[in-house]
Amino acid sequence: MTDISPHATELAAYARLVRRRVLIVVGLGALMLVALLFDIATGPSRLPLGDVIAGILDPASLDGPARVIIWQVRLPYALMAVLVGAALALAGAEMQTILNNPLASPFTLGVSSAASFGAALALVMGASLPLLPAEWNLPLFAFIFAFGSVLLLQVLAGMRGTGVETLVLFGIALVFTFNALVALIQFVASQEALQQLVFWSMGSLSRASWGKLGVLALVALVTSPYSLAASWRMTALRLGEDRARSFGISVKRLRFFSLLRVSLLAGTCVAFVGTIGFIGLVAPHIARILVGEDHRFFLPASMLAGASIMSLASVASKTLVPGALLPVGIVTALIGVPFFMALIFTRRERL
Amino acid sequence: MALHVTGLSVGYGRRPIIEGLDIKEISGGSVTALIGPNAAGKTTLLRALAGLVPAKGSIRLDDVELASLSVAGHARHVTYMPQALPQRVALTVLEATLSALMSGEEGSKSPAQARLRALNALERLDISDLAMRGLDELSGGQRQLASLAQSIVREPSVLLLDEPTSALDIHHQLRVMQLVEELARERGIIVIIVLHDIAQAARYAQRIIVLEQGAIAADGSPAQAITPATLARVYKVEARVEACSRGFLQVIVDRAL
Ligand SMILES: Nc1ncnc2c1ncn2[C@@H]1O[C@H](COP(=O)(O)OP(=O)(O)O)[C@@H](O)[C@H]1O
Ligand SMILES: [Mg+2]
Repeated sequence: MTDISPHATELAAYARLVRRRVLIVVGLGALMLVALLFDIATGPSRLPLGDVIAGILDPASLDGPARVIIWQVRLPYALMAVLVGAALALAGAEMQTILNNPLASPFTLGVSSAASFGAALALVMGASLPLLPAEWNLPLFAFIFAFGSVLLLQVLAGMRGTGVETLVLFGIALVFTFNALVALIQFVASQEALQQLVFWSMGSLSRASWGKLGVLALVALVTSPYSLAASWRMTALRLGEDRARSFGISVKRLRFFSLLRVSLLAGTCVAFVGTIGFIGLVAPHIARILVGEDHRFFLPASMLAGASIMSLASVASKTLVPGALLPVGIVTALIGVPFFMALIFTRRERL
Repeated sequence: MALHVTGLSVGYGRRPIIEGLDIKEISGGSVTALIGPNAAGKTTLLRALAGLVPAKGSIRLDDVELASLSVAGHARHVTYMPQALPQRVALTVLEATLSALMSGEEGSKSPAQARLRALNALERLDISDLAMRGLDELSGGQRQLASLAQSIVREPSVLLLDEPTSALDIHHQLRVMQLVEELARERGIIVIIVLHDIAQAARYAQRIIVLEQGAIAADGSPAQAITPATLARVYKVEARVEACSRGFLQVIVDRAL
């Protein structure tokens, strides 16, 4: 057999690899869509899947109550689950790459703890900003602190001689600091405020609304194209910092803008739904196992994996205890861990 | 093509490693070996030449002052292959090689052309069969060859290699040295390679620079640079330097001093 063009076999093998990765990403997208439909159908009154699809495509085809349930209640919740899952997963994936640490995530590096502190200030100490509707007070405080904590990381990253290990350690120090501050506030809090705070920190989608959904969608739409545009640079960074810089990449700039995106994404999510710790850490690992670390596939796969887990967790939060709506933050880990373990073990066998 | 280094000073924090170093013109088309004991500053010197560590002084490539260029500007002329290999990376050898071409300024160029260039580089190193293998499932030596591919694929004017053969068996060591010599000759580029094996440096390099505590201890042709006196002073060994039957220098080490 003679090759007509040079490297025909390798090129074909690479084309197959790319095709497989695209298929996996598409498959994750399909999984997310199915989970989303089930999430919309699930609730105190079960709706048939056919009605859900019809009601979304053509709202006029449904009777009044079903239309209200789908459009006013289920859809904002379900879309919020998907968006939050995708945003936290993207934030986690970027953090793991730019900090070169598989344990990095918004949760493990203090972003969520900082947001909790902001929420505690608003809930317990009654901190408020003038000219703002009361509904937005708590999310805004949570956001300011979440954003601020990443900016702190940012300042540290800009200082001379700080390696990524220092950044990770600093993030962990932030976790402990803010947790201590939150505990302090809890200690002085009234019974009622304490209960609200505990519920907030469990992470719940019940605070979703079309307004918040719009804000989060805007943040995701603005940041993710930049993430995808940086995907080759992030792939190269996986080969080491010296290596990446020797390819002509300004690692400092890459890190700066990436952390900026992370702070926007994670800050907005935590502000709207509270702390959901598991997604940002594990969705990137699932994506890595499935498609590797070519970030053109790794970043979308992380987002879709995060969105799927979050959506499935939302279904579980409505069905695990009949008649009760569990805070979704409790369920994400319960749903995600078996999924994650299964992937790790099936991969072990293949090697 | 010629590289001129004058008054180069490099340090980490307040600790100077190299101070006011001058290197006589390094010309293209041939291989220059950089040798010296541990912690002599070989890695530091290469990283400074690649613009990866802040340095004072002048690094001139023909008419271009490299020291004043940005990261991207540097990368247009110089590629540095680090001594340390990345750990636990879920990329195939081909993907990693592609990222060397797609991530920098020239990333907008045709991906199809980048794929061909990457595969050519792998073929050149005789690792085409590893193209689809994951970096994290390779042996140390194979990973070193993959790393070398990421450097040569960029076709730089100045190729800096930091101990590229340290994990290779003898066959692959010689193959890499031959390849590096060919590349230098074919493309007329400057190659500076850090080696631990003095005899190999003498065999394949046209010029040897011996570095000791951030300063040049000897510089010249293998015969000029490798002498028993230099080896005694720099490496603290008693050694003989003799020509073999084919005329290449051989170093026979008798004992540590
Ligand atoms: N990142 C760093 N920070 C501080 N000191 C360093 C760093 N890298 C190297 N050094 C110091 O610089 C000196 C020269 O190191 P290096 O250039 O790596 O030597 P070589 O490559 O010749 O073994 C050593 O004393 C080492 O401790
Ligand atoms: Mg070294």
